[in-house]
Amino acid sequence: MPEPQRARPKATPETQHFWDGTQAGELRLQRCNKCSKAYFPPRPFCPECGNREVTVFKASGKGFLYSYVIHHRPVPGFTPPYSIAVVELEEGPRMMTNIVDCPQTPEALQLDMKVQVKFEKLDDKITLPLFVPAKG
Amino acid sequence: MRRNQVAVVGAAETTKLGVIPDMSQIQLHADAALNAIADAGLTIKDIDGFATAVEQPQQVCHYLGIKPTWVDNTSVGGCSFMLHVRHAAAAIEAGLCKTVLITHAESGKSNIGRPPRAVGADSLNGQFEMPFGVAGPPSMFTIPVLRFLKTHGITQEQMAMVSVVQREWAAKNPRATMKDPLTVDDVLNSRMIAYPFRILECCLVTDGGGALILTSADRAKDFPQKPVYILGTGESVETPMVSQMETFNSSRAFKVAGPLAFQEAGIAHKDVDHLMIYDAFAHLPLYGLGDLGFMPHEETGKFIADGNTRPGGKLPLNTNGGGLSYMHSGMYGMYALQESVRQMRGIAPAQVPNAKISVCHGVGGMFAASGTVIFTNQR
Repeated sequence: MPEPQRARPKATPETQHFWDGTQAGELRLQRCNKCSKAYFPPRPFCPECGNREVTVFKASGKGFLYSYVIHHRPVPGFTPPYSIAVVELEEGPRMMTNIVDCPQTPEALQLDMKVQVKFEKLDDKITLPLFVPAKG
Repeated sequence: MRRNQVAVVGAAETTKLGVIPDMSQIQLHADAALNAIADAGLTIKDIDGFATAVEQPQQVCHYLGIKPTWVDNTSVGGCSFMLHVRHAAAAIEAGLCKTVLITHAESGKSNIGRPPRAVGADSLNGQFEMPFGVAGPPSMFTIPVLRFLKTHGITQEQMAMVSVVQREWAAKNPRATMKDPLTVDDVLNSRMIAYPFRILECCLVTDGGGALILTSADRAKDFPQKPVYILGTGESVETPMVSQMETFNSSRAFKVAGPLAFQEAGIAHKDVDHLMIYDAFAHLPLYGLGDLGFMPHEETGKFIADGNTRPGGKLPLNTNGGGLSYMHSGMYGMYALQESVRQMRGIAPAQVPNAKISVCHGVGGMFAASGTVIFTNQR
């Protein structure tokens, strides 16, 4: 029996650029050509103004810890306790992730601490954007 | 919608609540429906409108033998039934039907005849939340709270008091699942589920169901039960992804639905005698008190910790014991509505003396949706 694995995302035509980006080591967001809003999750129009002219761009991968829980129950592919977090990116959008490479404790996981993306390759198709405490 | 044009004339829960291994989910619907129909002094043939969530209307209507001219299957999570009440009131006023049955049932514990809740790997939730180890409400609904507590200066001890106070209400209710008294230490020392949430701050998992019957207020006076009028209603949705809420400091869906209902009812917060705020987890009454405009969020933790919502307090809240102590089959909104109706009829196990206005506020999904119904027993 193989080890149980974490849930695998499956891209759609509208989200493929995001998953291509993580494989290439880039965190890709979209921005409206008209109102300049940066947004996530991916869609081929601006959720602020409805404009279909949008641009995919490479985000800095930097942000801060907006909120989180430390999950204590077993989930396939995870060893409890582990953090499930929402980070707010420098560009504005928020995304769910895990904060890794630090103790999974309230003391180590301080709200508003700076974080940066770390790409975790799951398989040939999927690389996930995880986050680590920012250095320096 | 106009005030007091539609009334609840039948209301009942399933004969049993808690662990019901001898009934499938569809039979729980039927058990609740038959109890409510009997409560209203009606027969199945009198029902011409039908609403339910998750289960499709044709399944329940065929099972019960109902021939409806109006159906609603709004399924936005546990507050779907608040939205059904709103939609049914509009349908009755518009003349689309005369007598509406709303049912909820869930074999949430025993899992008999319950369709699986699957999340597609190519849905937005499947792509951008599931891969990070979320596994149902305890690991999702809870994510906003650390930000909420920090922003508003509310302590974990104050949040634990939500569970403590609701257990006081449950102790007065023979049908409540959990009745033993709790202390803040009991809550904080109980098993960690998803920090900062301990198991005593998470809802129960039980089997059960409930049903309501609505008709026009003019007809309601001829029914055997004391009519409970629909004074005001509101609804909204926000996002299926908890990570994509506009802010974790409040719920946009709450802030739309709640004030809509107050505006429609034409009442002020001081007029509210009884309040239900869907409590799948202990933070929801804190969000609700703030988002519905009872007080600034900053004051909600102290308000509850000071005992204002406990038996004898000035704002009785979740008087059946709530999802934390009464029961929670998965979509608790129906049980909150049942308690509001009991309070307005004057027959609740922990009756609030002389209560005339009851506000019943529901949440669906993880802050994904919201519905508010304001009831009164005065016309």
